[in-house]
Amino acid sequence: MKLLTHNMLTSHVKGITKGYPLLIKATEVKVNEVAFNPQFVSRMIPKLEWHALVQAADELGHRQDLPGDLVPNYEENEEFLKKVHRVLLEVEVIEGCLQCPESGREFPISRGIPNMLLNEDEV
Amino acid sequence: MKLKELESCLQQVDAFEEPKILLEQYPTSPHIAACMLYTIQNTFDDIEGKLVADLGCGCGVLSIGAAMLDAGLCVGFDIDDDALEIFRRNAEEFDVSNVDLVQCDMSSLQTEAYANKFDTVIMNPPFGTKHNQGMDMKFLRAALTMAETAVYSLHKTSTREHIQKKANDWGVKMEVIAELRYDLPASFKFHKKKSAIQEPALSHQGRVHLLSRGSNTAEQKLVSSLALNFTFTLLYC
Repeated sequence: MKLLTHNMLTSHVKGITKGYPLLIKATEVKVNEVAFNPQFVSRMIPKLEWHALVQAADELGHRQDLPGDLVPNYEENEEFLKKVHRVLLEVEVIEGCLQCPESGREFPISRGIPNMLLNEDEV
Repeated sequence: MKLKELESCLQQVDAFEEPKILLEQYPTSPHIAACMLYTIQNTFDDIEGKLVADLGCGCGVLSIGAAMLDAGLCVGFDIDDDALEIFRRNAEEFDVSNVDLVQCDMSSLQTEAYANKFDTVIMNPPFGTKHNQGMDMKFLRAALTMAETAVYSLHKTSTREHIQKKANDWGVKMEVIAELRYDLPASFKFHKKKSAIQEPALSHQGRVHLLSRGSNTAEQKLVSSLALNFTFTLLYC
């Protein structure tokens, strides 16, 4: 599971009002090389919940020097875009779980795949 | 990458080992997948450098193809453990790093959280058999919520009018790009010839890999229902 994907995931358990962002408890994390496309990264930034991304990177111990707030004119800032690229696409959670911040319900991640399926009573 | 190369790569993608009838699991043929993806990129420029979602991704043939056409990231969504495991293995074997996988139930997903997050959605959704009628429309609705620019989807030609009506109700523009005959030989026939694309090979020894075992009545019914025309549809958001 990449952090770009994680940034979109929410808990939809019945009755939950604040199922985002899901806390990451990782037991295995990998960093893989992915081809850098600055335009792609730049276009993704406005779609992100920036603070949730920083928090997730922090939880994984991979934040490095990613700033807490977006820098202005990031579109032209290749150094910054490279940092974002790394966190969004190269860091991957292989094993662990995602935890709903409201209910504590855990969604397992195994072999890099988060399982967001709900039980019958949770729908 | 040329169309022939793409198709040839996709022929190596492993398909379902034990397809589940109730989930309507059948692989998208490499020929159809290649033609579809090639068109989406070369005519519409909707894959390269884009955030793509593949709904009901199964073993990942569409996602892997999108990754090979340099999608920024392609995220596959599917309900089934076994299919996702095969997709994961495929991604490893093909060494594609620009895919990600999520296990979820598309028919009960609250898609508002994903609203407009993806540039493009590509899919070959379940049609909805007797057991889960209307499944294709649920996938389509989800896709339209999730996509910012376009949804590319395969549907039975017999449902075309119904989908057109729904598209009108939802305020989205629909265009039929091609009609496919998903039986032997499988062929891809364009409705409008776009100058940018080469005419793909029109005959292909396709096989419905799914139903090679047993003579179970349910399986036979599914075989005959698959020998139908598909419509490859583009919906603009």
